[in-house]
Amino acid sequence: MSDKHTLTMDKPVEKSLLDSGAQGLVGEALDRVEGPKKVSGKATYSAEYPIENIAYGFLVRAPFAVGRITEIDMDAAKAAPGVVDVVTDFDRFIRNSAQGAVKEAPVQGVRDVVYFGEPVAIVVAERYEQARDAASLVRIVYDEGKGSFDFEAGISHADIPPDGAAPATFEQGNIDKAMATAGVTIDGDWTTPSQNSAAMEPHASIAMWDDDGLTLYGAYQMPSFDRPSLADALGLKPEKVRIIAPYIGGGFGGKLGIAPESVAAAIASKTTGRPVKAVMTRQQVFDATVRRSNTKQRIRLAADRNGRLTGIGHESHTSNLPDEVFFEPAGIATHFLYGGENRKITHDIVRLNRMLAGSMRAPGEAVGLLALECAMDELAEKLGMDPVELRKVNDCEQDPEKDIPYSTRSFTECLDEGAKRFGWEKRNTTPGKLREGEWLIGHGMASAARGNMLQPSEARVVLNPDGSAVVETDMTDIGTGTYTILSQIAGELLGLPIDRVEVRLGDNAFPPGSGSGGSFGAGSSGSSVYLACESIREKLAKAMGVSPDDLTLKDGEAIAANRHVALRDIIDGAIEATGRIEPGEQGEKVKQAGHGAHFCAVRVNAVTGEVRIDRWTAVFAAGRILNLKTATSQCYGGIVFGIGAALTEELVHDPHNGKIVNRDLAEYHLPVHADVPHLDVTFLPERDTHANPLHAKGIGELGIAGAGAAVANAIANATGARVRDYPITLDKLLGSLPPV
Amino acid sequence: MHFTINGTKYDADPDIRTSLLDLLREHLGLTGSKKGCDHGQCGACTVLVNGRRINSCLTLAVMHQDDEITTIEGIGTPDNLAPLQSAFVRHDGFQCGYCTPGQICSATGMLDEAKKGWPSHVSESLDGDIALSDEEIRERMSGNLCRCSAYPNIVDAIREIAGEDA
Repeated sequence: MSDKHTLTMDKPVEKSLLDSGAQGLVGEALDRVEGPKKVSGKATYSAEYPIENIAYGFLVRAPFAVGRITEIDMDAAKAAPGVVDVVTDFDRFIRNSAQGAVKEAPVQGVRDVVYFGEPVAIVVAERYEQARDAASLVRIVYDEGKGSFDFEAGISHADIPPDGAAPATFEQGNIDKAMATAGVTIDGDWTTPSQNSAAMEPHASIAMWDDDGLTLYGAYQMPSFDRPSLADALGLKPEKVRIIAPYIGGGFGGKLGIAPESVAAAIASKTTGRPVKAVMTRQQVFDATVRRSNTKQRIRLAADRNGRLTGIGHESHTSNLPDEVFFEPAGIATHFLYGGENRKITHDIVRLNRMLAGSMRAPGEAVGLLALECAMDELAEKLGMDPVELRKVNDCEQDPEKDIPYSTRSFTECLDEGAKRFGWEKRNTTPGKLREGEWLIGHGMASAARGNMLQPSEARVVLNPDGSAVVETDMTDIGTGTYTILSQIAGELLGLPIDRVEVRLGDNAFPPGSGSGGSFGAGSSGSSVYLACESIREKLAKAMGVSPDDLTLKDGEAIAANRHVALRDIIDGAIEATGRIEPGEQGEKVKQAGHGAHFCAVRVNAVTGEVRIDRWTAVFAAGRILNLKTATSQCYGGIVFGIGAALTEELVHDPHNGKIVNRDLAEYHLPVHADVPHLDVTFLPERDTHANPLHAKGIGELGIAGAGAAVANAIANATGARVRDYPITLDKLLGSLPPV
Repeated sequence: MHFTINGTKYDADPDIRTSLLDLLREHLGLTGSKKGCDHGQCGACTVLVNGRRINSCLTLAVMHQDDEITTIEGIGTPDNLAPLQSAFVRHDGFQCGYCTPGQICSATGMLDEAKKGWPSHVSESLDGDIALSDEEIRERMSGNLCRCSAYPNIVDAIREIAGEDA
């Protein structure tokens, strides 16, 4: 029986064992431990398991947006070559993906369709081509109903949702009065479109049943939540479901909760008695998983002549399906980024028959700062003030809404360091006036901020007498570097070279981890490994007859009291321990967040309006950086998401039925190689004792926060034109360009 | 039908509609080539056919019985990585790893195209030697999407190998 060493973060952990480790692994820019597998095609993703007697499933989807299915005519499909069966279950098929970190099934039942392309049946055939062809032969008969598709029209009767990641509504002081009496004000509406996470691996499930229940190879970010969620959908106990997901081809929120293909594959497998593989097409991913909501955000800023904010208003409208409580928390960073005593931050939902809206990388900050940080730039311009200086003037000593301190806040330091690295003092200060040939040159900046979270997480660590260790947790690595940082933490604390640590992830057979989402994965799962290792260290110290503080572990040896002893001479058998971290009062007693600043240089073609990004500098502070290489890559990823949001990414909904018109990667424009310059990313040294025993904060989403706004501000600086409707495509700039 | 992949002969019985990508993944167990879009829009399925890069999702398997096909499995194995693969690891030219085999196959084909003097949209001239500047690498690799956005690191990895070859 393994000990469980649990820590609830009710008080700071002043001393981290990572600071006294002798192995020298944590913080280093180490290569990813699973890298050789990934670059040689040997990492196995969910659709790639060789399974005996497998059949192929292909989803059949509603060819209408709203209405009731009266009949599904399967005869032609069932008669098609190779077809095993056509399966539907009007009660148990899930209407849409589950939201993140939810243990219940999402809304079930697909007789009543609420969005275009809702999956309603699955064709199972011997071969993929046969299943796909037969799916086109299924005829769906329905009574079409009346839906809501017009976002603007819905604003007048929007809902106030229950509180989510941010309070639905918040008011302090009186923003109207602050606006009326302020020296300088900004009041405007910004809009952002629906977006898709567009992870490169489409959602896929292989479902198979045996006497123990269901095994599902899936592409899921949070197996410890997805397991009970899937079990709930199927009417099973959680222990009868095992999700296996050691490699996930990107998530970005799109794979937090179970998606429709999982339940369909599981039911089809049960019905046919065959293992069933259901891989969504790219179009199905766009149509029927999850999108980031479009937003309309009114920002009001009230400031005195010195730029000090006296009021901030951030009122947003977003959209979602009926019955969904998730709202895009656009104002989430506005709560703590700047001071100002009068505040109003609201989130209303317009109910629309568009596919599910849910979490996509940095829900809230990613779009909220596209508005707030551009409003700040406009305010700086109105004041005739350096935009960096305006941010610094509004930096806070403590949380502006609650009487609590920040755990750490190196915000001004990030602004200063970024300005220095970028050469901000040499920026163009006259919008629209710096020109090289047919290119207008501009410089812009924006702040970055993202709240830090901790989630319950468990890991088991086994230390073997031969100086090797195994770490097991159902935590995932979606490209975030989990395999590597957990290897580093275990190696550091147990004194083992990194190649002596094996990390096993993404399997419900292992202890339940936090999963990957909300940037809490590293801090949460890393802490669970830390705690398990701490427990093992205590046992080793006891065996050595010393206190744990006097024990040094390095290269498979224990060093204490002038003795060097090989592990095999201390322990007879393997030592096993389980660590568990729990969020506690530290989540409430202090405000925890990562901070940063983006600076970029753009060129805008004076004739065509084409925007090119030439240069980028970003500086972040987010506690301890566990691996400089993978952390930097995470920030690159965030910044490039921001570039996409600023310039190209937009899901276009058909106004007649909500259908996504541009549902593929040729028409939904992700940034490509040619769109991304060298990115200069720096981390400031920081330790957050309030966050977790690692003193590390999340970084997977900090990079996107504010990134797009820096682009927008640079475009405004280049052209003199303020476009408040994202993405800033050429057509929106053409009218503001100088005469040819 | 018979196929030659990474120098090995395979027998297979694909559907007439089976893409080269699905032949590899679903019939031959060569799952290193990835399906990201099935429409030639993402590049994750890139393989080399007779030395040239191709989106294997956009071509039918039955068209390739007489071809030499190279997939990521033929470029190098975890214990014996090709220099470009090692450079991707060293420069962190990937995160989730799903687009990576396509990036590496594409870069392998691209380096050969540049060596042969094939110009790109950003080349100064239509003939003469090609110097693989970062701009050239980015342009020539823009058919391979990476949503994790390892782009700067991929360019670093390719530049390093291009420099060694030069």
